[in-house]
Amino acid sequence: MAITRRQVLAGTTGLAATAALGGQFGVKHAFAQDSVPTFTPEEGASLRLLRWVPFVKAEEEAWNANTKAFTEATGVEVRIDQESWEDVRPKAAVAANIGSGPDMVMGWFDDAHQYPDKLVDVTDLGTSLGAAHGGWYPGLEGYARRGDQFIALPLCAIGNAICYRQSHMEAAGFSEFPKDTQGFLELCKALQAKGTPAGFPHGKAVGDGNNYAHWLLWSHGGKMVDEQGKVAINSAETKAAVEYAKALYATYIPGTESWLDINNNRAFMAGQVSLTANGVSLYYSAKNDPAMADLAEDIRTVNLPIGPVGESVELHQTSTISIFNHTKFPQAAKAYLAFMYQADKMNAWIEGASAYCCQPLKAFENNPVWTSTPIHEPYSRASASLRPNGYAGPLGYASAGVMADYVLVDMFAEAVTGQRSTEEAIANAERRANRYYRL
Amino acid sequence: MSNPAATEHKPSFLERLSQSRNGLGFLFMLPAAVFLLCFLTYPLGLGVWLGFTDTSIGRTGMFIGLENYIWLWNDSVFWLSVFNTLLYTFVASVLKFVLGLWLALILNEHMPFKNLFRAIILLPWVVPTVLSALAFWWIFDSQFSIISWVLMEWGIISRPINFLGDPNNARASVIAANVWRGIPFVAISLLAGLQTIPQSLHEAAALDGATSWQRFRRVTLPLLTPIIAVVMTFSVLFTFTDFQLIYVLTRGGPVNATHLMATLSFQRAIPGGQLGEGAAIAVAMIPFLLAAILFSFFGLQRRKWQQGGTD
Repeated sequence: MAITRRQVLAGTTGLAATAALGGQFGVKHAFAQDSVPTFTPEEGASLRLLRWVPFVKAEEEAWNANTKAFTEATGVEVRIDQESWEDVRPKAAVAANIGSGPDMVMGWFDDAHQYPDKLVDVTDLGTSLGAAHGGWYPGLEGYARRGDQFIALPLCAIGNAICYRQSHMEAAGFSEFPKDTQGFLELCKALQAKGTPAGFPHGKAVGDGNNYAHWLLWSHGGKMVDEQGKVAINSAETKAAVEYAKALYATYIPGTESWLDINNNRAFMAGQVSLTANGVSLYYSAKNDPAMADLAEDIRTVNLPIGPVGESVELHQTSTISIFNHTKFPQAAKAYLAFMYQADKMNAWIEGASAYCCQPLKAFENNPVWTSTPIHEPYSRASASLRPNGYAGPLGYASAGVMADYVLVDMFAEAVTGQRSTEEAIANAERRANRYYRL
Repeated sequence: MSNPAATEHKPSFLERLSQSRNGLGFLFMLPAAVFLLCFLTYPLGLGVWLGFTDTSIGRTGMFIGLENYIWLWNDSVFWLSVFNTLLYTFVASVLKFVLGLWLALILNEHMPFKNLFRAIILLPWVVPTVLSALAFWWIFDSQFSIISWVLMEWGIISRPINFLGDPNNARASVIAANVWRGIPFVAISLLAGLQTIPQSLHEAAALDGATSWQRFRRVTLPLLTPIIAVVMTFSVLFTFTDFQLIYVLTRGGPVNATHLMATLSFQRAIPGGQLGEGAAIAVAMIPFLLAAILFSFFGLQRRKWQQGGTD
């Protein structure tokens, strides 16, 4: 039987990769590629991917270029639908529920764990891609796995890091950025004394608020639930985290309890705060504005400090990609994913995202984007420092519900604003979390 | 003996239906009934049913009886949202009524550029809510508020007002935004009502020596009451179910101080995925809404009340 064009596709063995390497396959490459299975798209297959609206134009272009290359190699058309990032979750859940709509979805956080039985098992891809590319980062892998089974492929972490003004830090008497939480508190106090305070959102900021609250909790050793999914928020570690948050809040610019996701960017850009945490977008919005050249020059980025727990632990926005089992073309969908995770395709995409998207596989950590400017460097560690939002318990409805209901964000906000005592705020969070984890 | 009628043509079902007064009435009402059943009764019934289940987005739930309501009964965030909703509705509705009536009375007077002013009054109502909410978001920003800036320039305050960060300030701010948006509806509707009051009644009262306050109290207000009842019923319903303003301005923050039942319902049902609980919160709004409607229909529209009497 003649080999059709459709069959000329295989996991990471793309012809493009061969061409790029000039046919000079090394041993490692040959091994890597042999390990990824080949998928032959079904006859007449076409695919629909639901994805979040891109944050960076070049990222979208790189993804679309890779998709186009896939279509050219296989004849499988891929339609890409975009939804604003907060709408992807309900849309994907409804698609899974009614068994119709897109074939694949780029979801957030623990989305795949909301409807694991509605997803195509991609364990073959997950294990082989992991083996081929240096392994998945454990935090990201946690989002994609259910037991031994991959229900999704980790796609990326949208890195979060501290952005600060070098000149303001120096003026406050610090030559180096503190590495631990205690030093960080001292810096925030000094910045406040100089009239150039810090600011982190205590309002209902879906991204930044949750990033900050989870770092506060985890860096002090607290956790929402234990490994069995039993609520464990009421602990001495959580209390320490809340007390620390109160001390930090006292140094912030007034009004952070009303901040939504965009407020810290605005305050930083206007010079109202000299330190906050954000994605790399903050730097780029300054850099791309000629009027902000001085500010952009002064910006430095660094990972959030390490707390008593002794290691860098953060939430970060995380995306996975999964295939619905209502798809008529599961082989085509797997072939598409295998194609997109080829080294050259994935590297092109990560580079296009200019430090927005941190690689899911360790082999891609040498992507030149991370060394192109020192600003990018802290964002390169996002996947390594990442923990799933339902840490340390299983992911699912409860972990998603607790985060969407701002249980942790509210706990810190209640305590720092003095609306409840530390103990009451923790007890309230415990009560609310128990509601979700009873399921 | 055979009945001659029996041998005649027996009318078909459709013929009989078309000649029957009741049948035709039923036919003509059918489209409206289907519409109501499909688009009102079914969603309402489904909402009530969901409130008794633990349905999540992406998973069919099972019947859990009153569990959602029992949980909500013990949930301080829910009760805070009930309090916020009642406060928000009451204060905003009273302000909208007083200011709206005042505006309507002014616009009802003869003054230059009357029509221009009437058109301008409608502007807040015409602007899409989300747009005006975004404008208020800047006006109330904790760092960039124009109000704070002006007051600081004038030396009245030394640092920006924490509009949306302090619970009471935040409540006042969202109420102010809602009042700004809701006044035109009340004012223009009441103005329409004012114009239906015959001038001759006012003239007769004036001839009898009534003061302007007495004319307002004894002539204008009683004749306006039916309109007020309808307008305020709608106004209360719109305010009670408000969502957009809160969602854009605070998302229910700071620490749930401005969460209304509608926003809490959304937060738990859609981003949180707990459709059952979200539906239960939405259903919990129904008794309040019914009470508002019943008060309007059986209270404000009573003839005795309209004529200034009491029970």
